[in-house]
Amino acid sequence: MHVRTAALLALIVATPAAAQLRVDVTQGVSAPMPVAVPGFATPASAPTAAGTTEALGTQVAGVIANDLKSSGLFRPVGPTDAVPFPAVTAPAYDTWRTASAQALITGAVEANADGSITIACYLYDPFAQSQLASEGFRVAPAAWRRAAHKCADKVYARLTGESGYFDSQITYIAETGPKTQRIKRLAVMDQDGANHRFLTNGQNLVLTPRFAPSQLRIAYMSFANNRPSLWFYDASTGRHSLVGSFQGTSLSPRFSPDGRYLLMSIIKAGNANLYRLDIASKALDRLTDGPSIDTSPSYSPDGGKIVFESDRGGTQQLYVMNADGSGQHRITFGQGRYATPAWSPRGDLIAFTRIGGGKLRVGTMRIDGGGEKLLTDSFADEQPSWSPNGRVLVFFRTPPGGSPPELMSADLTGLNLRELRTPLGASDPSWGPLRP
Amino acid sequence: MRATRVLAIAAVALAAACAKKPKPADLPPPPPAPQAQPAQPSTPPPPPINDSVTSTNVPGSAADFKANTREDRVRFAYDSYELDGTARAILDSQAAWLAKYPSTHITIEGHADERGTREYNLALGERRADAVKSYVAGKGFAASNIATISYGKERPEAEGSDEAAYARNRRAVTDIGGSAG
Repeated sequence: MHVRTAALLALIVATPAAAQLRVDVTQGVSAPMPVAVPGFATPASAPTAAGTTEALGTQVAGVIANDLKSSGLFRPVGPTDAVPFPAVTAPAYDTWRTASAQALITGAVEANADGSITIACYLYDPFAQSQLASEGFRVAPAAWRRAAHKCADKVYARLTGESGYFDSQITYIAETGPKTQRIKRLAVMDQDGANHRFLTNGQNLVLTPRFAPSQLRIAYMSFANNRPSLWFYDASTGRHSLVGSFQGTSLSPRFSPDGRYLLMSIIKAGNANLYRLDIASKALDRLTDGPSIDTSPSYSPDGGKIVFESDRGGTQQLYVMNADGSGQHRITFGQGRYATPAWSPRGDLIAFTRIGGGKLRVGTMRIDGGGEKLLTDSFADEQPSWSPNGRVLVFFRTPPGGSPPELMSADLTGLNLRELRTPLGASDPSWGPLRP
Repeated sequence: MRATRVLAIAAVALAAACAKKPKPADLPPPPPAPQAQPAQPSTPPPPPINDSVTSTNVPGSAADFKANTREDRVRFAYDSYELDGTARAILDSQAAWLAKYPSTHITIEGHADERGTREYNLALGERRADAVKSYVAGKGFAASNIATISYGKERPEAEGSDEAAYARNRRAVTDIGGSAG
């Protein structure tokens, strides 16, 4: 058992062509790796602003186990009772070997004199009887979930060789009411659905939110005052403000990786072109020009290139250009129409929506347009957005008829297709970056 | 028309409310016994007056526009913003009406069916609205009195996911003073 883990890790370390390996890892995971996540210990249960350290120990382990399970790569096994405090640094390895756990995640929650708490996180290999990773996180008690996600990210990174994505948020549009008069609200939540909040009240139609790289800001489209325009929501102040007053309808907001620019489409006389706004100086540059619909842009992670969709050739297809608008060239030539490209944070793939055969499907391709792979086959799956580590896609699925859509996620092979639970109908998800 | 429907709904709701009599157990406690009141001088009640108000068409109104044009909306083929013969005939009737009321301000709403991605459909709805605007302006109505707005696939007319519903949803609606749907 341990040999397989070691071999897997060796492969990950040795192979620079990560794209191919990711597929292998996931396809090998018809049987996810069994891991034990018993309740975290406490040296002495103490009250905190978020409950006792003993109660927090159970909750922290629950969040970590849920994170790891949701990835589809791990399967929590074994007892979930809290371990005694001394066992945190001296685990009873035979117990976890008996439970067939190939990895043990354990730790402790301790209250500090200043009112904060420390969450200690340890990863062990019960078969090699060795510690693989350890880290402590000091947080305000109310932020305990973030520390739990950080611990899960540490474990994920150590066992897969890839960075984690659990300490991140998703912004999306919540939907209620009949399809002909749907009420839409801007919402944000942790990637596991916790800490859910509505950011607008449903009075105005709102669409297509995107996180800024700092994730202190969200750009979105609103029909406030019957003037479809782009707006910012600033998390630090809770304020909503108009991005700018442009001649024509502005839509399709996308931040540059450094947060300096906001790409958008502006429509004049029925003609949509791409523009780049310097957010600080308000300088606006037009990047495309022509009688076509140019929209849904996405920056490469280095900010040097932009993939977008255009119907300049007759139907929606994907094009790539340099960040200044030069060198525009088409990359899709397959069956159907291609829309909503999203450049992977790893830089090697572009996710897209393909329209054809009466369906909308989500897929990925290489950045030169080759190697197309469709990940879903449903009535309407739309608008993929990448997890911060470029391993998982979140998108929304609309059933035929009047029922509201829901958020779904899938990994790069289309395996581990899951519904993301939201309080209401949900669409237009955008996955934010890993939080610092 | 609308007023009649509202009244009818109110009547149905009233009837339903009357029909649903609460069980004795649900009744509130009986009111306290009435106290003796000083005798009132008896005056005859005034004769009833009819104070109901109904909506009626007046020239130049949104209702007048709907009643005296072929239709307030035109339809499009899939992923198209071309005005076919039927659409042009409808717009001719709209232009003829508008010629009588040149100071009217109108908004053209462009819509798309759900078989496209959200952002593209917003742009497609703009194209449709703009095609109608160009046509009506070409017939002599002041372009400065025509606003356009696209709802993409956000406000379908029909809920279904079949060709009949899609055909209804691919539309541009001429709105006189906020009455479109």
